[in-house]
Amino acid sequence: MTTKFSFIGTDYPRPDAPDKAAGKAVYIHDLVRPGMLFGKIKYSDFAHARIKHIDTSKAERLPGVRAVLTGDNTPLVRYGFIKDNFVFKRDKVRQYRDEVAAVAATDPDTAAEAVDLIEVEYEDLPGVFDPEEALQEGAPLIHETDGRGRPKKDNRVPVPWKFVAGDVEKAKQASAYVAEDRFETQLIQQSCMGTAGCVAEFDLQNNLIIHTKTQIPFLAQNDFNQALAAMGLKGKNSRVIVPTLGGSFGTGLDTHGYEYIAILLAHKTGRPVKIVLEREEEFITLSPRQPTRSHILQGCDKEGKLTFREIRMILDNGAYTSWGATTPSVMMLPISSIYRVPNVFFETEIVYTNNTYCQAMRGYGNPQAAWALECNLDHLAEEAGIDPYELRHRNRNIPNDLTPMGLNITSCGHEECLKTVADRLGWKDKRGKGGGAEDGKARGVGMASLFHVGGSGRVYRSDGSGVIMKLDDFGNVSVIAGGIEMGQGFEASLGLAAAEALGITPDKVKVVTGDTATCPWDVGTHASRGAFTACNAAIMAADKARQKIFQLAAEHFMPRIQFKEKRKQKKDPEYQPADLDYERLLEPGDFDMRENWVFLREDPDHPLLRLRLQEILREAHYKEQGTMVVTEAFYDPCNQMLDMKTCRGNMSAAYIFGTQGAEVEVDTETGKIKVLRFAAAHDVGQVLNRQTIRGQIYGGVMTGIGYALSEEYKTDHGRNLNPNFLDYKILSATDVDFPIDVDCIETHDEEGPFGAKGVGEPGLVPTAPAIANAVYDAIGVRIHSLPITPEKVLAALKGEKV
Amino acid sequence: MKKQITFTLNGHEVSAEVESHRMLIEVLRDTFDLKGTKLGCGQGECGACTVLVDDLNVDSCLYPAFEVEGRSVTTIEGLVGEGNRLHPVQEAFVARGGIQCGFCSPGMIMSATALLQETPSPGDAEIKRGISGNLCRCTGYVQIIESIQEAASRMQEQAD
Repeated sequence: MTTKFSFIGTDYPRPDAPDKAAGKAVYIHDLVRPGMLFGKIKYSDFAHARIKHIDTSKAERLPGVRAVLTGDNTPLVRYGFIKDNFVFKRDKVRQYRDEVAAVAATDPDTAAEAVDLIEVEYEDLPGVFDPEEALQEGAPLIHETDGRGRPKKDNRVPVPWKFVAGDVEKAKQASAYVAEDRFETQLIQQSCMGTAGCVAEFDLQNNLIIHTKTQIPFLAQNDFNQALAAMGLKGKNSRVIVPTLGGSFGTGLDTHGYEYIAILLAHKTGRPVKIVLEREEEFITLSPRQPTRSHILQGCDKEGKLTFREIRMILDNGAYTSWGATTPSVMMLPISSIYRVPNVFFETEIVYTNNTYCQAMRGYGNPQAAWALECNLDHLAEEAGIDPYELRHRNRNIPNDLTPMGLNITSCGHEECLKTVADRLGWKDKRGKGGGAEDGKARGVGMASLFHVGGSGRVYRSDGSGVIMKLDDFGNVSVIAGGIEMGQGFEASLGLAAAEALGITPDKVKVVTGDTATCPWDVGTHASRGAFTACNAAIMAADKARQKIFQLAAEHFMPRIQFKEKRKQKKDPEYQPADLDYERLLEPGDFDMRENWVFLREDPDHPLLRLRLQEILREAHYKEQGTMVVTEAFYDPCNQMLDMKTCRGNMSAAYIFGTQGAEVEVDTETGKIKVLRFAAAHDVGQVLNRQTIRGQIYGGVMTGIGYALSEEYKTDHGRNLNPNFLDYKILSATDVDFPIDVDCIETHDEEGPFGAKGVGEPGLVPTAPAIANAVYDAIGVRIHSLPITPEKVLAALKGEKV
Repeated sequence: MKKQITFTLNGHEVSAEVESHRMLIEVLRDTFDLKGTKLGCGQGECGACTVLVDDLNVDSCLYPAFEVEGRSVTTIEGLVGEGNRLHPVQEAFVARGGIQCGFCSPGMIMSATALLQETPSPGDAEIKRGISGNLCRCTGYVQIIESIQEAASRMQEQAD
């Protein structure tokens, strides 16, 4: 295939891979600072209890302990999306993981021993662990007051989401077919292989330097600066430095209790303090993905055209509120806009309970929405007597369409995604034909689609990303970006985009990220936006750099070539200098640059009329009154924030579509589900780096299959029961015992960098409903809650509702 | 109780005074400052801490440090040759996208190395079994499996 690009779309290996392969990448676990102390946190032993007394005297006496902190000897530092959480709980604890005290000691063992010596006296309070019970009158109040100190009457989180378009009631009456279901999703844990942690320290001006695992260094800087103000250090600054991240998957979208505790301990002791979570601690204390309960109805007319969609959803928030409370704004995208539907009602209730509080995870609400929506769509297809693929195809999204939410769909490959998956699965031959299960092994195929932001998502006032390009006199280019590499391949795609846009080879690019003191501002690496916004900024910065390089070329090109010709003659008197017009006046517009060579547009292949980029840069640096080539750009996409009253607005500059499908075999004796084949077709706009994009989709699919079949963060009255990888089942290599077909559909979005759209999250969005729909095709029973365990399959086969 | 242990670490004879309850990973990371071996769970469930002891892959988080007395330990750093030349398994992981966040990579690469020493031309099922004790959350394993296939053929070529 011929391509107009030199590097975009190739499988150029990741620049960060060799260090990682050699064990040389420095994660937070590996970071050591001179004089560093080790922090350890004392957590609550109760889900809901009044703190009567904390005795730290024994811990303080332990040799090696340098500080013991509680709410009694620290300033009140509030944090969280609505500031309902605070570092060190004072009056009461509201969840098992609540931080009540912390120590800093000279080694980790002493810190752990000291934490065990802290004695806390509690008065147990009745708790509430079910979001619907928490809404009932007389339920125990989790928070007596809100973040501003005003009394609270109930357990509602004051972040209501409601979207209404058209007239759902009227459409319901007019529908030929209606399907109604109730669905649930479970708590799951992001399960980063590298646990969370930070090292906090202060300089002698009381400015904070914190190395921490985050996806939002610049918003974290703001959070930490607010904490400094609360500590009496108003006007002091935080420098946030991000080490190599061992995965993040949304866990880095909020700032966390352990970070503030490390800051307080570092300030108290005047020494660097490191807190790294142990695996069990991470399971218990790092916020997982929100569980949901959905009541859904969809209807269609006789021809199978969708008439309405109605979803009411309850989210268990847990005890405090993170940015995760805004996940319904992303759920709203597919709920309002996947498959063309004119009448939509969507309302959420987010409820405080004494469960662990939840936060963002890859997909940001979309997997929960897709689960209800796509399972119910298959149900509707059955009611209408239409093949589920056919129903999807009739209602598919199309390019250049404005949806009821005001989402302006530009490029759209939904139809091709549907067709590709149907072909990969052999849909026509297999759908509805694998049941019967005479040998106890029933087979089925199913599919589901996704709709997600593909051109960033304006959830903050700014949706911007900065990039600085700094060229040295060896022709190397530092691409300094505000985004974060967390494993997804940010540096790989940005490096290729920068090389392509500038006209150099990727080996000349060094992507630099992760330091608020040196990198340009960026709102954060979330919403599948990293490559989309940073690569667009890189293209802008590269344009500026090219202009400057060509200005310099106009000045130095012919003299430099003349100089080189003379030098050749000096070395070899026999050499005949080329007969060139050395006095020729050239304009910046006469030049082009490709693969590190600057040449004349009119004669790109001339063997003499060309210079290496570095020659021009050296001329710039060493001439009298010299100059340098450093450019910057800030890309803020042409999207809109939601109007909070109407929940309308074009949130993203582009939208991404995808369809996934599964063929499964269900053992009707054991209930065990075996995936036989999986197909994932994603409209990615344009492949930037073929190796990393495949990695994103494969990885997403396998996490999605875990969500569908095995992962569940189990709790009993708010206490986690499976805080380890033995009992919490993420998939292993032996679980990949089926082919996964990944198809990247290229629709070349106008707003995308080289046509690309975001692809970080989508891989896991429609996975669970695709599998559930295949299970239904195989055995004719529908599972309504995740994960789809063998026990649930057997219960469903016996006619129980699960 | 403390004891002096002597063993071969990445080809060099070393010794250290170690407390009886210390695991091998603590000695590697803290005493010898070899931070390439990662602690993922501390319970032998994720494999991030995998190292080779006498050519067998073991979870160094569960392996008592005393037990390496007289044995030969190879960590991820020990695979890298002079002048930072990567081992063929490391090269293959780089070339074929077997690495994303990289936290599981040292352990994964050590397990793959042990597998290829034992079985130079493994089939898909053998590869999956060989790394079944190493969890990865990023890749979905597909490109890791491809990397190990690639490593096998690179090592075959070198041997031929």
